[in-house]
Amino acid sequence: MDNSNSSQNTLVSVRNLTFSRGNNKIFDDISLDFERGKITAIMGPSGTGKTTLLKLIGGQLYPEQGTITVDGQNVHRLRRKELYELRKRMGMLFQSGALLTDMNVYDNVAFPLREHTHLTESMIRSLVLMKLQAVGLRGAHQLMPNELSGGMARRVAMARAIALDPMMILYDEPFTGQDPISMGVLVLLIKALNETLGLTSIIVSHDVQETAQIADYIYVISNGKVVDHGTPAQIEQSSSEWVQQFMKGAADGPVHFHYPAKEYVDDLLSTGKRY
Amino acid sequence: MMQFFQRLGASTRTSFTKLGRATYFLLQTLSGILSVLPRPRLLMNQLFSVGVLSFLIITISGLFVGMVLGLQGFYILSDFGAEESLGIMVAASLVRELGPVVTALLFAGRAGSALTAEIGLMKATEQLSGMEMMAIDPIRRIISPRFLAGFISMPLLASLFSAIGIIGGQLVGTGLLGVDDGAYWSQMQNQIDFYDDIINGVIKSIIFGFVTSWIALFEGYDAIPTSEGVSRATTRTVVNSAFSILGLDFILTALMFGDD
Repeated sequence: MDNSNSSQNTLVSVRNLTFSRGNNKIFDDISLDFERGKITAIMGPSGTGKTTLLKLIGGQLYPEQGTITVDGQNVHRLRRKELYELRKRMGMLFQSGALLTDMNVYDNVAFPLREHTHLTESMIRSLVLMKLQAVGLRGAHQLMPNELSGGMARRVAMARAIALDPMMILYDEPFTGQDPISMGVLVLLIKALNETLGLTSIIVSHDVQETAQIADYIYVISNGKVVDHGTPAQIEQSSSEWVQQFMKGAADGPVHFHYPAKEYVDDLLSTGKRY
Repeated sequence: MMQFFQRLGASTRTSFTKLGRATYFLLQTLSGILSVLPRPRLLMNQLFSVGVLSFLIITISGLFVGMVLGLQGFYILSDFGAEESLGIMVAASLVRELGPVVTALLFAGRAGSALTAEIGLMKATEQLSGMEMMAIDPIRRIISPRFLAGFISMPLLASLFSAIGIIGGQLVGTGLLGVDDGAYWSQMQNQIDFYDDIINGVIKSIIFGFVTSWIALFEGYDAIPTSEGVSRATTRTVVNSAFSILGLDFILTALMFGDD
């Protein structure tokens, strides 16, 4: 695969990345590019290390080999202070929302502003209300995280992620476990925020329909390798049987329904051994 | 046999690795304290949840321990006709040993386990990771204020425990068993030394506060981020704190009161 033509327009560039957990190789020499102003999706089955990739981009994990550059800076060569400065320009939306449970919605969104700026409380109030208005939850500012539905919690987390006006947002499985209405709202919001705030978005997901709907470019990852990449239309026409199975959600195909095992009959007839 | 040594080696290695992580964690926590000082509100909130919320269990326990000491002390001392010395017996036991030790054990059970569960759950729900991604150091923002609060609260709670215990002893001794009130207080006043007894007891409680807070926060921070992992970490906090408190108490007592 030729991903080496990284241009000026690339905000995040992953080069020859290798990463393992124990003996399990999560990424095996993969290269990816994420363009500025675009929504790029990383898709693949559960357990392919999609979240790990976001943590590597955010500098929370270190690769064994390869480099990750964000806005021209090699993430893993930065000093702690420089990394924190870079993170202020990155927002990340965790699967769980990761809201601070001892604070209400308003304080959660105000949290990064209070920690990183010296703005007055009245300015913070205006900013927080603007961010909450953008995600449609201004009226919920007094609720505690345990009073929010999963979809609402993610929207609050989105408001918090854009609080410092970042250049990019990393979304970790934003659609998982959402009802159709919440899912529709989140799809709309990710697209709208990307366009109106001029963000760059990286979405990690296995929700094919929703992600393909808003992504400008898709990478499909499996077994540590990039299986295919292209625009949603190109991916839909992919010649790879594996990608076809994944995109259509077929029960059997290159990914077998059965976990590898010895012959069924032999297993049934073998006696004396307890599992 | 070979397997036994393999297992022994593996668990020793795991323990030392953990000790290394815990030491590094402590150094980070201590360096984070400097950033807590300009933000007293962070500390106040934690002093409330770690210290003030432990107030009730400490006072009630102190009262009962003092009352039991009053009873037991009276029965033993009356055999020798020395009931008048009940005050000194109750006070010395409390200030030197029971105050710091029982308070630390209760503190580990009440505040320590709560700290571990809180930090462990914050880890499990990605709140700590989320903070890191917001460029906020969770050690400075979350751990250091809690550590400092534990460190400050322990000696105060231990002093409170001893004071209430002495009143409990007096209630039983003079109120119930007829020991002379004047003798109870004056003997205590004459025999209890400010430096040798009270200050040494406070030093003990400061050390116990340091160790218990360290164990509780580290276990939470190092917990496997699942419900089972957090539950095990909470148990480890209580067990390890109890061992550390009792072991350290022996060492500290030998050092402090060895020459008496």
